[in-house]
Amino acid sequence: MTEMSGADMVVQALVDLGVDTVFGYPGGAVLPIYDALYKHPTIKHILVRHEQAATHAAEGYARSTGKPGVVLVTSGPGATNAVTGITDALLDSIPMVVLTGQVPTTLIGTDAFQECDTVGITRHCTKHNYLVMDPDRLGPIMHEAFHIATHGRPGPVVIDIPKNVQVATGTYSVPAFIQHNSYRPQVEPDAAAIAAAVEMIAAAERPVFYTGGGVINAGPDASVSLRQLVALTGAPITSTLMGLGAFPSDDDKWLGMLGMHGTYEANMAMNRADLIIAVGARFDDRVTGRLDAFAPEAKKIHIDIDRSSINKIVPVDLAVIGDAGRALDAIIAGWQAAGHKARDLGEWWRRVDGWRATRCLDFPEKKEPDADIMPQRAVRALFDATRGCDPIITTEVGQHQMWAAQHFGFSDPNRWLTSGGLGTMGYGFPAAVGAQIANPDRLVICIAGEASLQMNIQEMGTVAQYRLPVKIFILNNEWMGMVRQWQELTYESRYSNSYSDSLPDFVKLADAYGWTGLRIDTLGELEAGIRTMIDTPGPVIVDCRVAKLANCFPMIPSGAAHTDMILQPNDIVGTMDDEAKALV
Amino acid sequence: MKITTETGERHVLAITVDNEAGVLAKITGLFTARGYNIESLTVADISSDHALSRITIVTNGPPPVIDQIIAQLDRLVPVHSVTDLTDQGAHVEREIALVKVAGTGDKRIEALRMADVFRAKVVDTTLTSFIFEITGNSDKVDRFIALMRECGLVEVGRTGVVAIARGSEAL
Ligand SMILES: Cc1ncc(C[n+]2csc(CCOP(=O)(O)OP(=O)(O)O)c2C)c(N)n1
Ligand SMILES: [Mg+2]
Repeated sequence: MTEMSGADMVVQALVDLGVDTVFGYPGGAVLPIYDALYKHPTIKHILVRHEQAATHAAEGYARSTGKPGVVLVTSGPGATNAVTGITDALLDSIPMVVLTGQVPTTLIGTDAFQECDTVGITRHCTKHNYLVMDPDRLGPIMHEAFHIATHGRPGPVVIDIPKNVQVATGTYSVPAFIQHNSYRPQVEPDAAAIAAAVEMIAAAERPVFYTGGGVINAGPDASVSLRQLVALTGAPITSTLMGLGAFPSDDDKWLGMLGMHGTYEANMAMNRADLIIAVGARFDDRVTGRLDAFAPEAKKIHIDIDRSSINKIVPVDLAVIGDAGRALDAIIAGWQAAGHKARDLGEWWRRVDGWRATRCLDFPEKKEPDADIMPQRAVRALFDATRGCDPIITTEVGQHQMWAAQHFGFSDPNRWLTSGGLGTMGYGFPAAVGAQIANPDRLVICIAGEASLQMNIQEMGTVAQYRLPVKIFILNNEWMGMVRQWQELTYESRYSNSYSDSLPDFVKLADAYGWTGLRIDTLGELEAGIRTMIDTPGPVIVDCRVAKLANCFPMIPSGAAHTDMILQPNDIVGTMDDEAKALV
Repeated sequence: MKITTETGERHVLAITVDNEAGVLAKITGLFTARGYNIESLTVADISSDHALSRITIVTNGPPPVIDQIIAQLDRLVPVHSVTDLTDQGAHVEREIALVKVAGTGDKRIEALRMADVFRAKVVDTTLTSFIFEITGNSDKVDRFIALMRECGLVEVGRTGVVAIARGSEAL
């Protein structure tokens, strides 16, 4: 218990909570905190160029380390600029604490300069938020906020701090032990549910694991347990976009990602399974496709730390509420205690292998050195060139994101950073900045679309300032490719505003910011270009020109069943009815 | 294309929450953001140290949606408990209405007679008006107000439903 200013308490709490990095941008309403930071060399402040980028950088930091990301922004426009990243963190369950400055308590509600109702605006895009009216509350609130952001289903927490509360003095206190009086998520799964799960898995003839971001959030040990359980049961496994990396993509049990741009084998396995074991995944509409045709033959076990995810979209037969890692460990223990052996799933695997034989990720391409580069080929070449480097890959949003998910293989968690739930263009590059700050010696590559990249391209300045060796690999198709693809599917190729006109010269832009810029135009240049990118120290932007009109397959059109996949461009039917058009 | 909606059932939920700024906005905002219905909502501080409030919400939805509402409410940080009184079985629901009726002559006499039948109390009177206070479940209050429309009803104020489970147990 010590008397100090609110601003000093904020910084002291960050130190006490083990925070080493804050992503932020100053302004009038946070100047006292900035002044307090000035005196604390242990906390590194990363000055971004736009507050949205601070939030995505914090997400990249969090996703690559498992630690909460911390953001500091000013009131009004600083706070509103942060809203997209806060929402992104909510939808992808990323632990994050955002400190926002606010006008002094005496001015709240008067439309003061740079006042906005930050707690009101962020009420439904945070896991929880606070407006601190009394400096004595700052210590407990800071500690509680980190607790809430990181416990149960992780998420963003906003702490709005009026300027006079930063300046006033009070008593800084650290709660000895946080036992929140109403927020107590269940982490330990119920023993009876675990026993039931073990028996259901042992009895299944056509089981499939369907895993998601919850496994990543449960920490690296959960991925180890997942591998162990898959090996014990001999069942095939698929994962959502958010869950990639929890299971190694070179394992023969791995079916690839499922859902809208998932593999044929993953979606067919879900459709024909007699048991789905969902672990930390939430039956998102990108995953299920048409609900009344979703996994019609399967019993479903749903392991999730958030009870509201259970039965939200798909009714399940058995709910296991708790931490994914602990639930997996408990199932393994139950399986072994019962002396279960993997069943002979030979018949099931023969069917899976039949679906695999469609080779749904193959794509047509020309092989001559002067041929256009197929974007899928570019991703595979990048994957091949970085094998053994254990890279961290971030993506923007669009076709390139889906190609990266399909063609880049991951062997471990926390290496794949992408905006799944919100699908935020502009996420990938700042997320790479955050990941690089957290992992200074690792190879961090943002696989970008030329349109998405421009949403936060100003962060090239941040990268230059902190001398971060971030690599941006643009799959430049000169289109908002994903929009164009939908226009082809739904609107008879009326390309309304989907062309990326007036692109900058990315190589010159690199030069302007003191980066290295390269351009790759043909297949013959691809491998050498990627090599140069990896071998060049410091930040590199690669403008990789790819086939402009390539589309991303397989694809389940929205509202269609898993069995109605479009495998090839020629399968496209043309127009859609209004019911289908109304779906996102 | 037409947009269709499902029909639902009426449920009374009792929610205890931290009595702090923004909680009500969080809860009502959850209902609007997720497209749930609120038929009525009441809230008041219920603990001796003013730390807790009880919110009673009457909502309407198909059973899976009611389950979702409960789960969504339950995961809000300031929410301590959510109880579905309708699901629990026997409970008492009450609502108070203040009903102002204006008129003279036969209408005025008729209003007074009807109020008597409904055990509504007269809480204010002038030569040309009455204010009745009526307590009961929502149906009874509805019926009384419908009858008063015929007798010169000019204004109604209602509290919304509060409810509590029967028996000796607490939530
Ligand atoms: C902030 C934001 N605005 C709009 C969209 C809708 N959107 C999804 S993908 C896409 C096009 C992306 O183009 P590009 O970055 O070039 O990627 P490509 O699909 O060409 O690989 C758009 C506009 C979005 N996801 N995010
Ligand atoms: Mg593009």
